[in-house]
Amino acid sequence: MSDRMNEVSVERARERLHEVRLQVNGAWRSGQCAARTSLVDFLRETLRLTGTHVGCEHGICGACSVMLDGRPVRSCLMFAVQADGHSITTVEGLAAADGTMSVLQDSFCQTHGLQCGYCTPGMLIAAQALLERNRCPTEFEIRDAIGGNLCRCTGYQQIVDAIRLAAARLNAAATGAGSGVSAPAA
Amino acid sequence: MKPAPFEYLRAASVEEACALLAAHGPDAKLIAGGQSLVPMMAMRLVRPAWLIDVGDIDALAQISIEPDTVTLGACARQYVLAAHGGLGAALPIIAQALIWVGHEQTRNRGTLGGSLVHADPSAELPLVAVMLDARIGLQSRARGRRVVSAREFFTGPMSTVIEADECLVEVRLDQWSGQGLGSAFDEVAIRHGDFALASGCAQIALDPDGRVRRVALALGGVAGVPLDVSGYAASLVGQFIDDTATEAIARSVAAALDPPADLHASSEYRRALALTLCVRVLRTATARARASLTEVA
Amino acid sequence: MSDSSQSMGAKPFRYVGTHRRTREDPRFVTGRGRYAADVHLPGMKHVALVASPYPSARIVSIDARAALALPGVVAVVAGAELAQYTDFLYVGVDAPGVKRYPLAVDVVRYAGEWVAAVVADSRALAEDAAELVDVTYDPLPFVIDPEVAVTTEAPRVHATYPSNILYQRKFVWGAVDEAFEAAPHQLECRVRWGRSSTVPIETFAVLAQWSPGTEVLDIWASIQMPKFPDQTARALRLPGNAVRVHFDVDVGGSYGVKRGIKHTVLVGYLARKLGMPVRLIEDRLENMRGGDMQGPDRIFDVALAFDERGVVRAMRIRALDDVGAYAGRSPLQLGKPVGAICGPYRIPCVEYEPCSVMTNKTPQEAVRGFGQAPTNYAIETAMDRMARQLGIDRIEIRRRNLIGRDEFPYLIPSGTYYDSGDYEAVLDKALAHAGHEELVRRRDQARADGRLAGIGVATCLEPSGGNSSFEVLFNPKNETTTWMEASLVRVDLSGSITAVMNTSTSGQGHETLVSTVVGEVLEREPALIRVVHADSLNALPSNSPVGSRMAIMLGGAAAGAARRIRANLMAIAAHNLGCPVEELEYVGGDVRVAADGSRCLTWDQLVEIAHRKFHRMPAGLEPGLQASFVWEVPTGGGLPTADGRIQMYPCHSFETHVVYLEIDRDTGKPTIQRYVCGHDCGVMISPDIVHGMTFGGIAHGIGAALYEKFAFSEDGQLLAGTFMDYLIPSAHEVPSMSITDHCTPSPLTTFGQKGSGEAGYLGGPAAIASAINDALAPLSTSIDELPMTHEALWVRARRAPSATGHPEPR
Repeated sequence: MSDRMNEVSVERARERLHEVRLQVNGAWRSGQCAARTSLVDFLRETLRLTGTHVGCEHGICGACSVMLDGRPVRSCLMFAVQADGHSITTVEGLAAADGTMSVLQDSFCQTHGLQCGYCTPGMLIAAQALLERNRCPTEFEIRDAIGGNLCRCTGYQQIVDAIRLAAARLNAAATGAGSGVSAPAA
Repeated sequence: MKPAPFEYLRAASVEEACALLAAHGPDAKLIAGGQSLVPMMAMRLVRPAWLIDVGDIDALAQISIEPDTVTLGACARQYVLAAHGGLGAALPIIAQALIWVGHEQTRNRGTLGGSLVHADPSAELPLVAVMLDARIGLQSRARGRRVVSAREFFTGPMSTVIEADECLVEVRLDQWSGQGLGSAFDEVAIRHGDFALASGCAQIALDPDGRVRRVALALGGVAGVPLDVSGYAASLVGQFIDDTATEAIARSVAAALDPPADLHASSEYRRALALTLCVRVLRTATARARASLTEVA
Repeated sequence: MSDSSQSMGAKPFRYVGTHRRTREDPRFVTGRGRYAADVHLPGMKHVALVASPYPSARIVSIDARAALALPGVVAVVAGAELAQYTDFLYVGVDAPGVKRYPLAVDVVRYAGEWVAAVVADSRALAEDAAELVDVTYDPLPFVIDPEVAVTTEAPRVHATYPSNILYQRKFVWGAVDEAFEAAPHQLECRVRWGRSSTVPIETFAVLAQWSPGTEVLDIWASIQMPKFPDQTARALRLPGNAVRVHFDVDVGGSYGVKRGIKHTVLVGYLARKLGMPVRLIEDRLENMRGGDMQGPDRIFDVALAFDERGVVRAMRIRALDDVGAYAGRSPLQLGKPVGAICGPYRIPCVEYEPCSVMTNKTPQEAVRGFGQAPTNYAIETAMDRMARQLGIDRIEIRRRNLIGRDEFPYLIPSGTYYDSGDYEAVLDKALAHAGHEELVRRRDQARADGRLAGIGVATCLEPSGGNSSFEVLFNPKNETTTWMEASLVRVDLSGSITAVMNTSTSGQGHETLVSTVVGEVLEREPALIRVVHADSLNALPSNSPVGSRMAIMLGGAAAGAARRIRANLMAIAAHNLGCPVEELEYVGGDVRVAADGSRCLTWDQLVEIAHRKFHRMPAGLEPGLQASFVWEVPTGGGLPTADGRIQMYPCHSFETHVVYLEIDRDTGKPTIQRYVCGHDCGVMISPDIVHGMTFGGIAHGIGAALYEKFAFSEDGQLLAGTFMDYLIPSAHEVPSMSITDHCTPSPLTTFGQKGSGEAGYLGGPAAIASAINDALAPLSTSIDELPMTHEALWVRARRAPSATGHPEPR
């Protein structure tokens, strides 16, 4: 026991803090953390960006999804030190600077594509990544894009509806056509 | 579920990574994408004292397509491999396998080398490496570079020949020559994106008259390591391939297996899946090879 | 997508039943939810748990010296200390000797049970220290199989209790034996419901802070639990008014399980002892093994007596439920089904023998439906068996037994009146919506092509309006006969409306519910009505959102309070307009003389009178504009008869599921290709919310039917303790689904609404099982155990020659 204690005490003693600097939602933010601090813990506990959620901490549920340099990743499967110098987008960064919800966020509200809201930030990140590369996703492509994000409330139905609606609205906006697509309610 | 404490070091080059491994000994571990390693660290099943990050070493991310050989850097990300046009043309089996690997979020971080060194016996990329008998380049400060055949690289579940001071640097895969090539990857997992209960992949080359020129076949999830079972299909060479022949091969392969059992699948079930997957990947690969002949014609 | 065809009865609603955006959604899609883990207090300390590796063992010693020596570690606490300074946690049945504390006391009773709590500066440090706590155990005999656990020879989970049986009783309602003797046909079947749960993506989180100045313990927790503040205070030996539970935290899913009483008592104790804020966020491993949130685990033996036409004359159900190592409320999950024990069927007499048994497994907690979904699965399986035995179509046989639309209120043998329904209409709608005839053709063609294809049908009840009648039924010492709910509605000087609810929300959209009904009654725009969650010291009585009750109970309470406001406005107007109330009309918040619209007082004028102009107030009316309303569950308040008959829940929603699936013969993999749910929950207040919960319930049912199981090894270890082994279905496994609505208003509720929070889950597993067994029927085999795993299906499918033609690998 005492050997083990000494060993861990030594480990603890040498657990130095790292300075981590990230571009989060467009702004550079920095903080100190131990090497073992996950990116999601750094975002939540150090930067107090609590929009990103912790679900399983072993890479299955997707609740912690964020964009790393524009691509969705699981922030529980990265150490914050690995993200040093990189660009991160979290759910807090999806709306316009003036707070106006994105078309995708608004579409989730329109179809009620959420209930408890806990998986929602990860779902939005996954869906955003899909729509950035594919404006006309099929149902299979939508389901595949969110296939790594577990939701216990919705059965995914109204989430799929939301993403399909967002795609249609983005396309309508791009082509200047507005008909046939539900506008957001007042 | 927080990892045990460790110190983090970022290596700027392969040489530096090897030097750090040499300096810190068996308590050091490399991390690239971390998609397999970090969960094990979070559960404290793996507890390195030193974590050496090789994920940002450009030299390890290279993809080189030559006429006969493809060389993939160990830290090539899975999403890059899946979308690489030249690689897709040269070795479509890689992208066919990657469809089954995790999810988009994990493929964006996960690397080829990381998947190989993790050595899960049901993982997809190790299976492809074994089927194509990839040559895996390992580097250490003490002994320099050595190359190990993929079929010798894997020694058991989560275990390989890699030494504690070695860094997996690249994977070389031969392109098969000639026309009439087809490949296929298939697996059975309970949920899409999970590790497979069993997986199979095949690559077939057909002569212009439709006879088999060359065939490779491998199975995952049915042993401690990915299994190359091409030998069972060797009798096809020089023959026309049909369902009877395919099923006979599948039966002989399955009969020889002694798959492991776990919570989700018994040994017997895995053997049956292996049989089914053998049939399916051989059929699909053959169909693709035939289609490719037709295109040429 | 859903096809909404809600008929509203006579008077159309302004807001109720319309598609309106949910009040809560914007804050969640912008990352501004506030969950328990988001609450941050300065100086907050973090807890990690030391868990037992043994399913049963005596704790010989606990040496925490090494852990305490680690820098940053504040305290290590074990069960003996809690046993000294706290009281044991609530037990739902009369089982003295089955005591549970947050940490094991002297003996561990399941692998994963929490033995010690480590408090440190960070969670990571607490985990480091937890590894250093040296516990010496003396392993004891244990029992894992519930059928062994009921025997007298079995090791006892609690040495202080005479057996492992927590509760057992045989209820006989009607002349069951005689009916069985007289019936021309009988069947018996055994079905097994596997140990799964709701497994929310948010684990349980709780933060507590003791304020010595005010002597109040503040608690922020991800709870969905009746009597939570009361139970917490009692266990901590504090007066009820010394515990303030902040119900305004968002809860990241619950569906029943977010009870967390042991977590909260532990953290409350630590916060008070240490004088610092203490937080416990279960990690996923703690949550799955030691979070005490696993669900029902049941063996049903069902017997039916019926005639040659398939009309059921009597039913016997024996249910053995493995609740794990402690009691809590879990035995009561066998009690709620008493209120719908014959399903939607006209079964004149029923025998029901529930048996709740303890084993050395993780304890059971309330799960969506509180035991009704497994019971429905058992009843539906028996109905399918009867159809097969008689060679009568499964749908036809249901038609012959469904209670008719003109038979309501319908008294079932166990003492509950079903309020209303039109079961056959919902069945017809679902079949039409699913294209049942086309599905039959598709199935038959698939079979002709050598594939395994099946259609599933289930017709199930969702009792709603959550009452507590099972408490007094299962424990005569517990005379709880009210399960009230309340609301307070206030109009401030500016004319803005605020409604107060008194519990937390875990995704059900209660702010939308309350604002909609208050807006409906007061004819004011719901989007402008604020809904707040009182803390427990400000709150009116509530029994939390359990038992599909909030549309009925909270909706009814808020409407009741709003009606009082409306009456006050009318009284003020009558007084000021010099006109009797009967001659006034209320229009959008203004009140005018019906015969002369120019004589009118506007909303703003009326509000100003109430708040400022006492001289213009009618005598006897309080100034200001606020009203509360507390009400009892409709039909509630009764005690059971000697033979155990009692009105359980007031309202009864109904659902028909129609499923088409195919099974890959070679791999056993099932693929659901069509899923339709016909649903009648009376008047829907917020259709989008009802549909969302129903879709979610179906997905949860798909998980229970095909994927999810807390499997234990024979040596008592949990085998599915991570998300890699406990398989929650993803968007790949859950198919596109469709709901078709029907509306039979409840005569008991404010707007005709019934409950819907458990919808989908109540019939989903039964329907999927029905489809699987239809697919297997040509092979003359069946499967009667959930989850129906790939391998279990493959084992049965391989009885037939494979589609690919190759025989058995041997």
